[in-house]
Amino acid sequence: MSVVTSPVTMPDKSQDLGKEDNYLTHTSGFLSWALTLDHKRIGLMYLAGVLTAFTAGGILALMIRLHLWNPNIDKSQAWLTNQQYNQVFTLHGAIMVFLFIIPSVPAALGNFLLPIMLGTKDVAFPRLNLGSFYLWICGAIFFLFSLFATGLDTGWTFYTPYSIESQGPVVAATMGVFVLGFSSIFTGLNFIVTINTMRPPGMTWFRMPLFLWATYSTSIIQVLATPVLGITVLLLAAERILGIGIFDPKLNGDPVTFQHFFWFYSHPAVYIMILPAMGIISELMSVHSHKGIFGYRMIAYSSVAIALFGFLVWGHHMFTSGMADVTTIVFSALTFTVSIPSAIKVFNWIGTMYQGTVVLNTPMLYALAFIFLFTIGGLTGLFLGALSTDMHLHDTYFVVAHFHYVMMGGTLVAFLGGLFHWWPKMTGKMFNDFAGIVSAAIVFVGFNLTFLPQFVLGTRGMPRRYASYVEEFQQLHQLSTIGAMMLGCGLLVAGLTLLHSLFYGKKAPMNPWGGATLEWECQTPPPHDNFSSPPTVGDPYDFSGIEYDPKSGGYIKKKK
Amino acid sequence: MSAPSTHADHAHGNGNEHGHGHSGFSHPMPIWMLLSVFFALLVLTVATVYQSTFDLGNMEIWLSLTIATIKAGLVIAFFMHLVWDKPLNAIIILGSLIFVALFLGFTMMDAEGYRDNLIMTSTLEQSQPGATVVEVSK
Amino acid sequence: MTVHDTATAHHDDHHEHPSWLAHHFDDAEQQFDSGKLGMWLFLVTEVLFFSGMFCAYALYRNRNPEVFEFCSQFLNEKLGAINTGVLLFSSLTMAWAVRASQLKQTKILIGMLGATLGCAAIFLGVKAVEYSHKWGLGLLPGKFYRSQLENPVHVDNNYLYNLCIVPMVMLIACALYYVYALVTASKFHLRVAGPMVVAAACFFGGVGLGNYLESGEGHSEHASSGHHGSSEHGHAEHADGAHDSAGHGTEEPAKAKLSLVSVDNSPIHDVLVTPAESVTPQSNVNQSAMAGLFFGIYYCMTGVHAVHILGGMLVITWLIVKASREEFHSEYFGPVDNVGLYWHLVDFIWIYLFPLLYLIT
Ligand code: HEM
Ligand SMILES: [Cu+2]
Repeated sequence: MSVVTSPVTMPDKSQDLGKEDNYLTHTSGFLSWALTLDHKRIGLMYLAGVLTAFTAGGILALMIRLHLWNPNIDKSQAWLTNQQYNQVFTLHGAIMVFLFIIPSVPAALGNFLLPIMLGTKDVAFPRLNLGSFYLWICGAIFFLFSLFATGLDTGWTFYTPYSIESQGPVVAATMGVFVLGFSSIFTGLNFIVTINTMRPPGMTWFRMPLFLWATYSTSIIQVLATPVLGITVLLLAAERILGIGIFDPKLNGDPVTFQHFFWFYSHPAVYIMILPAMGIISELMSVHSHKGIFGYRMIAYSSVAIALFGFLVWGHHMFTSGMADVTTIVFSALTFTVSIPSAIKVFNWIGTMYQGTVVLNTPMLYALAFIFLFTIGGLTGLFLGALSTDMHLHDTYFVVAHFHYVMMGGTLVAFLGGLFHWWPKMTGKMFNDFAGIVSAAIVFVGFNLTFLPQFVLGTRGMPRRYASYVEEFQQLHQLSTIGAMMLGCGLLVAGLTLLHSLFYGKKAPMNPWGGATLEWECQTPPPHDNFSSPPTVGDPYDFSGIEYDPKSGGYIKKKK
Repeated sequence: MSAPSTHADHAHGNGNEHGHGHSGFSHPMPIWMLLSVFFALLVLTVATVYQSTFDLGNMEIWLSLTIATIKAGLVIAFFMHLVWDKPLNAIIILGSLIFVALFLGFTMMDAEGYRDNLIMTSTLEQSQPGATVVEVSK
Repeated sequence: MTVHDTATAHHDDHHEHPSWLAHHFDDAEQQFDSGKLGMWLFLVTEVLFFSGMFCAYALYRNRNPEVFEFCSQFLNEKLGAINTGVLLFSSLTMAWAVRASQLKQTKILIGMLGATLGCAAIFLGVKAVEYSHKWGLGLLPGKFYRSQLENPVHVDNNYLYNLCIVPMVMLIACALYYVYALVTASKFHLRVAGPMVVAAACFFGGVGLGNYLESGEGHSEHASSGHHGSSEHGHAEHADGAHDSAGHGTEEPAKAKLSLVSVDNSPIHDVLVTPAESVTPQSNVNQSAMAGLFFGIYYCMTGVHAVHILGGMLVITWLIVKASREEFHSEYFGPVDNVGLYWHLVDFIWIYLFPLLYLIT
């Protein structure tokens, strides 16, 4: 494996003139954005939206960690009251899950990339696409309302019967979830139809970049699972307003049923979060190793397999909720099977790097961090899926650490990697690679510092969602808080790097990394219509004809 | 279902499927077919109402569900043109039923399993103040 | 593998895009296929959406069959059957509308869409009667359920009037619109306004029909059959107190020895259930923690279904507008087809709701 440093990008004078029309400059004015039907602009607006949500959720996370630095000092000095603590972690979870992670990769990056990678002018239903975005805004407003109305303290899972009795603005929050659910459904629906009916000549299923396979599988889950979340929160709202009794034990309703309903969506939803991230990693691994992806078909099939098998295991969240013994055993057994496709992917990514020309630039470092962190997250999932261990670990910090490893170490890190990877294409600007590398390093160290101690805390019995803890846990908690601050700094560096590039970045070449998928054959930034004539579609992972061109600072395709 | 050509055949080859001299992808349904499906549906509705007048015990629900499924099948197949539609659309809608079955199946199976552990609240008008609360363990 | 390389078939002909063909599609067929696939996917989400409520239904019916049997008698199966017929007919007209749009038969198309809209309104009218009747009796969801064991429940006929306010406003608005169309003598407006007036009026037709059936076809019958004259069989048995629910095995519940006595002659009747042995816990289904649960499910299912009907009415009105502009033809009828699919799905759901809710014996 030979490792070379990232190529230095040169500003390109010759391209500055002419060819000015791109999707950013195509039209101007507020309305040209607010009413745009262009998937690229919608993608950018989503990006702005989810990053804002992420910032808000992140600040709440830091509040949680700061509070846990020393929560046992006397009440008058404590940072947050217990009640406030409950509200903060609830909003943190709800914002991160519903407003950030679920739309992050598919709706922001996916919207921008999917039609270009596919070689079409737009998604199948551009108006619906814009509608999804406004539904997202609408859901965000509901969430903002619950933020300021204060008192939402049910946790992001809204478990009954507490959510029926809680004083918080549960109805507003569930309506927000409902609306966001439809936003997500419509995005998924749009993508499925686009991929099914709009592929240009030559773009067969097995010439699609793996990112598209991943998005396609994600969309299947979005369409199949999200409606169940919709009805669940609707019934919960009805429960609060009309007292229908379905989930209320006082009226002989069955709270375990609520959990079934909720997890029938929410387990598949964790795959909505991770699958697109896996798609990003497949692209990054191959492009930055300058080597064809190893086991294309296996990765493609495993995406679909994850999407479908993901529907079989939701019960593993409920082992201690009073489920019947048989069901717990069945769900536990099924849980082990779903981890197989994930493992296949990890092997394939590593196989891709083997004997490749690995370039350790920012996107690649994030991708490597992903593999490391996701592997830990996935493996600890198996401990949780095993009945006997889960009896001890359920609702402890072990679970918290598990899902942060997969969601943050996995999805967020992949999202950042993808963002750095496609940033030049989206904005036309190169970022400072060194700063990016620094951010990746800080994020990686900070992340592990934050969450590794939580595994230990969990195994020692620290329950999740508690505002205070016994003395013995303090050191580990403080370690975790330090890590969180570091993580915050790393993310700040990443954000500043990208911001800086917007103003001072060099002009990006058409193909800065040497990718072979269609988006790199498209102008930078892409023109309004993406492709004036249908592009010629080749193997998305065939790098043979692509060579570095020092003149433009990017890669060009050599005619054979 | 590997048929890249299915669609094109369907659209262009079988355009005249219903005898309406139409090219392209539109297949107007003949009126007699519309009407007969409708009458079949009506008859089945009458049947289902009629069967409910008998006391069939546990069979009753299955019988009425069967009739409902036949009706639903008629609606889907003819009114919704699924028989002439692309196979993909049929797979999609029928496939979704698998997931419904999964959802209902697992949830019901579990609920059956823990049924014996349930404590049913059985009270008279709990909403009324002063009502006695009787808990009956089943 | 389902591979549909439809895009390939027609990709290269860069002909002029007609106004009804969106710019990012290559040809009419691709646009149609995309729309249709999108609609089927949407229907999948609808199926899963409703499956949540069917799941709740199955769960609680399985757990407390006696509650469902007890409560089902409060649902008037005649009204349910009539509404089933109405919806089936609307499905017929909708399917016919699709045909008409493909054949560019504008008049038939508008007529059929109007009929569909009218049926939807009748359905809602009947539903309004059913709902208001139950509210008056205290047959409310969950914790609001008023036990039918108490003294005659106070009947509040205002529920129905209140439910009629919005449709009345709609009717007046439609009528005004029709007058406007007459005055301006605009062909387009007349074509749109006609079906709308008829549909709005149909709602009140539905209310009338519902009221008539709810009152048991005249007043002679219900004195004997007692419970709002809904069905001839079951309630007569209740009346003489000899009903036994042999249907479900060992645990003899609930329904035993209930007598339903009608107490007044208003078109909407009270039900008085006299408790015989209902104090014993097993038989105690007539309370919010039991019957209330059934009505919770009932209102959720039928309510969400009714909302879908309303949504369908909106899009059908939109189709009428488009049809009046003569926009549809054999290359462009996707909207009619897709709304049709949606409408049939709403019918499809009702096909299950009807026996599951109304016909429990
Ligand atoms: C590799 C396979 C995985 C397995 C076997 C697995 C297993 C589990 C199990 C058994 C639990 C329940 C623990 C408990 O509450 O006691 C759990 C919780 C969780 N997992 Fe995973 N998991 C896997 C992957 C993922 C992925 C990829 C994500 C998201 C991107 C994820 C997100 C979550 C979340 C959010 C929770 C906690 C939910 C809550 O209670 O708030 N997991 N996981
Ligand atoms: Cu899970």
